[in-house]
Amino acid sequence: MWTWHSVAAVPLNVRFCYQEGIREQHPGTASSSVGHRASPFATNNGLPYYLHLYRGQARGPPTSAPPPVSAPQQYNQYSHSQGDMQNGPPPMTQAPPRPAAAQSYNQGHMNMTGPHPSYPQHYGPPPTMQQVTSQMTGMQITSGPPTPAGPGYAPPHSSQPPISTYSAPPQPSYTQAPPPASSAPTQPPPPGVPAASQQYYGVPPLPSQQPFDSSRPPTSQQQFTSSAPPPPSQQTFPPSSFSGPPTRPQAAPVSQPQPPFSAAPPSLSSAPPPGSQPGFAGGPPPIAQGSFPPQLTPPSSQPGSFPPPGPPPTSAASGQYPPMSQPQQPPAAQPSPYHSGPPPPRAQMPPTSMGQSNHLPPGPQGPLGQQGPPGPLQQPPVQPGMQTGYPPQQNGAFGQARSPQPGYAGPYPGQPNYGAPAPAPTAAPAPQKRLDPDAIPSPIQVIEDDKAKSNEPFTTGVRGQAPPLVTTNFQVKDQGNASPRFIRCTAYNMPCTSDMAKQSQVPLAAVIKPLATLPPDEAPPYVVDHGETGPIRCNRCKAYMCPYMQFIEGGRRFQCGFCSCVTEVPPHYFQHLDHTGKRVDCYDRPELSLGSYEYLATVDYCKNNKLPQPPAFIFLIDVSYNAVKSGMVSIICNELKSLLDLLPRQNPEVDSVIRVGFVTYNKVLHFYNVKSTLAQPQMLVVSDVSDMFVPLLDGFLVNVNESRQVIESLLDQIPEMFADTRETETVFGPVIQAGLEALKAADCAGKLFVFHTSLPIAEAPGKLKNREDKKLIGTDKEKTLFQPQVGVYNNLAKECVAQGCCVDLFLFPNQYVDVATLGVVPVSTGGSIYKYTYFQAQTDQERFLNDLRRDVQKQVGFDAVMRVRTSTGIRATDFFGSFYMNNTTDVELAGLDCDKAITVEFKHDDKLSEETGALMQCAVLYTSCSGQRRLRIHNMAVNCCAQLADLYRNCETDTIINYFAKYAFRGVANNPTKAVRDTLVNQCAQILACYRKNCASPSSAGQLILPECMKLLPVYLNCVMKSDVLLPGADVSLDDRAYLKQLIGCMDVAETHVFFYPRLLPVMKLESGSLPVAVRDSEERLSKGGVYLMETGLHLFLWVGASVQQELLLNIFGTPSFSQIDPNMISLPVLDNPFSQRLREVVDSFRAQRSRYMKLMVVKQEDRAELTFRHFLVEDKSASGGASYVDFLCHMHKEIRQLLS
Amino acid sequence: MSTYQEFIQQNEDRDGVRFSWNLWPSSRLEATRLVVPVSCLFTPLKERPNLPPVQYEPVMCSRANCKAVLNPLCQVDFKAKIWACNFCFQRNPFPPSYAGISEVNQPAELMPQFSTIEYIVQRGPSAPLIFLYVVDTCLEEEDLQALKESLQMSLSLLPPNALVGLITFGRMVQVHELTCEGIAKSYVFRGTKDLSSKQIQEMLGLMKPAAPGQQSRPVAPQEAAASCRFLQPVHRVDMNLTDLLGELQRDPWPVPQGKRPLRSTGVALSVAVGLLEGAFPNTGARVMLFIGGPPTQGPGMVVGDELKTPIRSWHDIQKDNARHLKKATKYYEALANRSAVNGHSIDIYACALDQTGLLEMKCLSNLTGGHIVMGDSFNTSLFKQTFQRVFSKDYNGDFRMAFGGNLEVKTSRELKVCGAIGPCVSLHSKGSSVSENEMGIGGTNQWKLCSLDPSTTLGVYFEVVNQHNAPVPQGGRGAIQFVTQYQHSNTQRRIRVTTIARNWADAQSQIQHIESSFDQEAAAVLMARLGVFRAESEEGPDVLRWLDRQLIRLCQKFGQFNKDDPTSFRLSESLSLYPQFMFHLRRSPFLQVFNNSPDESSYYRHHFVREDLTQSLIMIQPILYSYSFHGPPEPVLLDSSSILPDRILLMDSFFQLVIYHGETIAQWRKAGYQEMPEYENFKQLLQAPLDDAQEILQTRFPMPRYIDTEHGGSQARFLLSKVNPSQTHNNLYAWGQETGAPILTDDVSLQVFMDHLKKLAVSSSA
Repeated sequence: MWTWHSVAAVPLNVRFCYQEGIREQHPGTASSSVGHRASPFATNNGLPYYLHLYRGQARGPPTSAPPPVSAPQQYNQYSHSQGDMQNGPPPMTQAPPRPAAAQSYNQGHMNMTGPHPSYPQHYGPPPTMQQVTSQMTGMQITSGPPTPAGPGYAPPHSSQPPISTYSAPPQPSYTQAPPPASSAPTQPPPPGVPAASQQYYGVPPLPSQQPFDSSRPPTSQQQFTSSAPPPPSQQTFPPSSFSGPPTRPQAAPVSQPQPPFSAAPPSLSSAPPPGSQPGFAGGPPPIAQGSFPPQLTPPSSQPGSFPPPGPPPTSAASGQYPPMSQPQQPPAAQPSPYHSGPPPPRAQMPPTSMGQSNHLPPGPQGPLGQQGPPGPLQQPPVQPGMQTGYPPQQNGAFGQARSPQPGYAGPYPGQPNYGAPAPAPTAAPAPQKRLDPDAIPSPIQVIEDDKAKSNEPFTTGVRGQAPPLVTTNFQVKDQGNASPRFIRCTAYNMPCTSDMAKQSQVPLAAVIKPLATLPPDEAPPYVVDHGETGPIRCNRCKAYMCPYMQFIEGGRRFQCGFCSCVTEVPPHYFQHLDHTGKRVDCYDRPELSLGSYEYLATVDYCKNNKLPQPPAFIFLIDVSYNAVKSGMVSIICNELKSLLDLLPRQNPEVDSVIRVGFVTYNKVLHFYNVKSTLAQPQMLVVSDVSDMFVPLLDGFLVNVNESRQVIESLLDQIPEMFADTRETETVFGPVIQAGLEALKAADCAGKLFVFHTSLPIAEAPGKLKNREDKKLIGTDKEKTLFQPQVGVYNNLAKECVAQGCCVDLFLFPNQYVDVATLGVVPVSTGGSIYKYTYFQAQTDQERFLNDLRRDVQKQVGFDAVMRVRTSTGIRATDFFGSFYMNNTTDVELAGLDCDKAITVEFKHDDKLSEETGALMQCAVLYTSCSGQRRLRIHNMAVNCCAQLADLYRNCETDTIINYFAKYAFRGVANNPTKAVRDTLVNQCAQILACYRKNCASPSSAGQLILPECMKLLPVYLNCVMKSDVLLPGADVSLDDRAYLKQLIGCMDVAETHVFFYPRLLPVMKLESGSLPVAVRDSEERLSKGGVYLMETGLHLFLWVGASVQQELLLNIFGTPSFSQIDPNMISLPVLDNPFSQRLREVVDSFRAQRSRYMKLMVVKQEDRAELTFRHFLVEDKSASGGASYVDFLCHMHKEIRQLLS
Repeated sequence: MSTYQEFIQQNEDRDGVRFSWNLWPSSRLEATRLVVPVSCLFTPLKERPNLPPVQYEPVMCSRANCKAVLNPLCQVDFKAKIWACNFCFQRNPFPPSYAGISEVNQPAELMPQFSTIEYIVQRGPSAPLIFLYVVDTCLEEEDLQALKESLQMSLSLLPPNALVGLITFGRMVQVHELTCEGIAKSYVFRGTKDLSSKQIQEMLGLMKPAAPGQQSRPVAPQEAAASCRFLQPVHRVDMNLTDLLGELQRDPWPVPQGKRPLRSTGVALSVAVGLLEGAFPNTGARVMLFIGGPPTQGPGMVVGDELKTPIRSWHDIQKDNARHLKKATKYYEALANRSAVNGHSIDIYACALDQTGLLEMKCLSNLTGGHIVMGDSFNTSLFKQTFQRVFSKDYNGDFRMAFGGNLEVKTSRELKVCGAIGPCVSLHSKGSSVSENEMGIGGTNQWKLCSLDPSTTLGVYFEVVNQHNAPVPQGGRGAIQFVTQYQHSNTQRRIRVTTIARNWADAQSQIQHIESSFDQEAAAVLMARLGVFRAESEEGPDVLRWLDRQLIRLCQKFGQFNKDDPTSFRLSESLSLYPQFMFHLRRSPFLQVFNNSPDESSYYRHHFVREDLTQSLIMIQPILYSYSFHGPPEPVLLDSSSILPDRILLMDSFFQLVIYHGETIAQWRKAGYQEMPEYENFKQLLQAPLDDAQEILQTRFPMPRYIDTEHGGSQARFLLSKVNPSQTHNNLYAWGQETGAPILTDDVSLQVFMDHLKKLAVSSSA
């Protein structure tokens, strides 16, 4: 784990902590009051919002900080100009030193903790200083909580202390303003502290703050005064204060001309952002851009590293700037000033060496920053000054940074959002201090770190070992546990007792994707045949034979690992044991040596004790006016002709045995007889929709090859037949009923592909009315909108499940169609919903066809029942996903395809033992696409722990988020959305508070301490909270929300991860073979001269900066002019140049990774479409009122503090 | 007497009327004492090659509740241009177009020979005929193939402008759209759901949502267009339909072991009726139902699909053990009534070895004038020929079918109408001439005959209401006018008017005259119809008892005997055959259900109540011809004594045509003598009955079952069951060895029957 003591000096987060915030506002009182509470640092900052990365002891070192101070001054100046907050992150500088000590430490730990050779290895080779540091810190932290950490940390502590001292003084100043000022001081620490601070990586923020504080003292007073008084004075001040530094004079002048600019910074944090942007952009661009581009790559990595180093905020800022351009924005963190300062230097620096260079600069920046920050942060006036002073630098960095800032500015006001969506930016103007975004945990950093350490195949043999992240490419070797591609757990160390579990509030869940597709280099599960008697199972709990079964008595019996019951080994299965007690044939039998495998099921496992028929696919196509007009009908019919050759099959050599049938419908249903002996297809119209039935049996479901001619003739004719239709009404319930009846009649399982356009208002069962009512949003009645309108579909779903009838729904709505109701059957039957709003053949055809192709071709099992068995002591209690449950244990899936994941939550009903760990076995009984009845078994063993610290050391945040998202989204149908959100925040806070309380070494309450493996929990959780489902924007329809809700419901971890935290890739430079490092989802990270590719799993954007080089544009679009780029293009032009090729390759590879085709949207900067794009910049404040990452983190900190106090 | 026979014959030829009495007793009391009511058999569309229709409309009495048509019996004042209605005595002026009439220039309707006259009405649009095939697909492959061929063939027989439609059914009901190219389209209905006519039309898309404001005009064409999808002119969809029929598959739903196929006959008919009802009310239409088994599901279900539960038998019905009977019957009756209201007729062509539920469905045809044809298989000539004959044409090249008939009976004051028996439904027209005393379908003087052909014959029953103390003026005549409006097969609307008159006679003083005016053939048929009509609703024995009682009373009334002396009993010539008819009627399948399934009974009765007198008599008492070397073929007694070894017998019972080779003949034939040139005469003898049979087969509708059998053959039972069992195993030795063949039965013979009749007739206690 990493001790992430991110200490961020949050200005006055009035919203957050009322008490503190208020106190601090008043310079005099604030300082004192704050002082009591928190560690010196905290007090210094005035705000408890620092994220103290380190353990309490770390503070010692702070003293070292001073040294840097000298350098910092310059920094400060820089920082002044821009803003400030970023000081926080700078601590990075410290990081470098840490590595050494920390590493050793960590390694030790790692070894200590357990058998994770791989991990140590990863860590071992500290690629870059930053990474190392971060890792180190992480390590330490993890260790920290436990006793072992203590010693290791000792050094860091010492380092920190100094910081604290630092901070103390500045805080007061900080609070009011001038984090910038303070930042300056902080910077100093970095240089001096570096070594120490690094260790505390987590701490860095603190140091940064502290530095600020310290720095402030000097300037702070001025600032204070200025700040307190009206802004104008401040403005003047800033110059004056700035004037101190050499740059000031310049700044001053500039500042005036750029009043907006100055205003901007504040605005950034607060409301007025717009004005600021232009100013910033204008000024800085030249320099910043120039510097940035080169930096960009480094920056990304840097930022991550930086944050940890917190202490050298300045440095961090610089580092970040280059890449992200955000540094400035972090205003809250005060880095901005720094950045501004640093940027110039940094900009150059970064290119050279990511980590160190960045760090180094911070030092110098620090000082500058200090001056700058104060102004911008608290008082507008200051900023102007700063800017003026640093215009050039800032421009570069800020220009970009600022645009995002506006978003940030919001955040604060947004905070209230946590509670209630509507932010009321009352106090907005005054407090604008922020954490430096670079100072807070960076997902990108974590992802990159994980990638870096996952070089070797992941072997599953070791119990309780957390697999690499979902973002990492790795190979899996099954050595007894299921691959993480099949099962991922939230915690690989389960608490032994329910008390522990309750205390920690960490959800115990597993995300199971039973039929997941494996990469070609991994063997699919072996098929085991135990003969006529079927699979061998425990007599009591019926668990299937697996590696956890202990053979005893010479192999004549085996003891169940789950329930301990002893069962006779049937004679035909007997085998001798070797000296270790293992069966001799252990490695010959997949079920004894592997985590995942399949059994051939016997007739006992079949419905009605009859071997199943091959499944059938039925295509049900809406042919009402809208469907025909949009071109949907002809597209489908045309595509089906070729698609039917690609039906899934088990053996690629053999033709698929799946039979197909066709139905079209509007107000009535048309069935088609496509029997091979017919000269032409026959259409059978059923208008009795109130009591649906299937009008024919023979000839409806046919083998594609036999009836090819008739089918083609039919598909040719369907579009013609309905070309002139004027029927606008449709039915829906009867459509599914029809498919169901057809399968019933054929006595087989199967899948319905329903292509539907509109709200079913025709008189029939399942008739719906439009109930979309914006007024209900946010009220207690909102939840009813997520519940089905009528009960018909629930009953239908039940019948479908009983028959093994899976329903995939393709929607092409032009208006409200009530996805919440229409989706009931697909969701209950393990089907999928696809939605193409305002479908137009030209633009959406590709996406639809790709989805359709994939959906038709993908491997799927039918009539499935999944059961999760566990060791005595825990029990699977709750399930999330697309399925139906008749009782509390059996998950029934009419269909289960390779993209569907089911999240299973476990609860204790007894104690677990550390020795045996916790076992789970997921058995899925299903009918394969060739009609074979099979059992797929996934086994998973995790450790159990009696210490909370162990639990926190071995969690997987992505999985937790997956669970949270599903839990929350399911909740909106039963609870007010606000309550759901509150619950989420609350649980998350409890998790972190529990850690803080029980695992982290004591430290000031002002420190936010996050467990290493959960350091991204806040940012991800914020993304969940901001999702359209939980916090809808004005333009988000109810259908969209319902659609997302069900979509998330069956996502696996990788999908939820990218969905909630989109991948944003700079693609200015592309190398073959590797992808550029992603950047964080924030506008600050976007360079105006850059081109970025963003994928969310559902969307794919290509963002083009306004001042992209012509050459790049030529390469990508074939046009040198930004204005000539067609924002409506649906695919990139095919150009014959390496860059274009590579970019398209990348796009294709992205698409290939996702279960749904992502339509490419080209977004030009400042274009209208950018709004949509911005929505996915999840670290920024969202238009719908969602908090920015920084704000949320602060909020979370407050929550935690409340829990702790 | 010959005069009466000639008179009767002449009347029948001219007017298609046979009265039971040709002199009418002048008072109610006397009339009731005659036992056999004043009644007639009337054949509305009797073929009259010598009767060209007139091209103008009839002149009608201006009295609102009379509206009798001007006829030869009316008194005409040529000078005043006024005529007096002979029914209500209203004096009516001639219409302007009759200005030129005079004694020497009379319109046809005033000439005595035009007591029957046909008018062509020019009013109203002429609607095309409609033929809607409703086809069961739960058939054996062979049957279905034959049926498909027959149907395809029939397309060429239809009038080119006639509309055709196709509904097929099995487990589901499919209404086929006929206009689509490239893809065969049909609407499917679930076979188990009873749908209202409105629902059916909605589901077929025939109902356009009535947009307020603009219904009347635009709807009509739309509706026509919509329904056109299902009903198309033959000439236009000829090919399509032929292909469609060709591709017709057997019902694809699997029939598990031990089950009957699921047949949704009820729903299919309901859809057919609903379709026509909505699209073509009051237009001539024929729904032709082809079934190969009983309805096994849904409304109208006759038997469940479990083979282990057999279809109801008379035994079950008597024991009240037929659980679907009442419900199904009610269902079909309702359908039949709906159909009748709209003037559409329903034919049933049932071809199966087992019963098909005709008992329940018979009303469909009985009420709408449709045909019922029963056979063993669609792959028999019986069906094929019969079906072909449905589309036979008359001397003018017109189809022998008419639609939407409306028969109105007007009577002079002394008479009232009691009812009618035949393929018709009451129109509930209560006029002054309607009697309260109902016989057959009564309570009205108008009936609807949705479909009728030249042989369709109704029995019409009257009541003399003249009171005993109000003597009819001497020489007065009673008059009856039949006005039949119908749609000719060439789509013309026509009206045929038949006016007849009979003299009144005082029963006390002129009983001999009345007796001699008795038409025993007509009377037998009319009484038989009454009996059959009763049998539909009463227990068999009750009907027989009623018949016997009527017979005894008649004998008492007209027989000459000494009290209590059976041997003295005599009947006059005009009544001599009547008891024999009654004897055979008692034994006929119309009243005896023994040895007949309910379906067969229904089938026989259906035909009995619609055929003309000759055919009806054949049904009551089959004709037996004898062929031998002894002379030309001769009719012989329908008696076991006629069965001789050296004779070939040809029996025509209307439904069966039996050729029976006597023992010797059969041996000869077996020996192959007919092949030898020297026995050419034998060959001719063998051929003679075949030729005669062929003649009958050619004309009879439905085509009779043709049976060629011989002495001792199993099929000989058809003959043996019909002949009078004068020789049985009981009296064989008493009756001499050499003649006839004994019948193994306990039935009474005619002799015994007559003995009893005499005894009872003369009994003073009776």
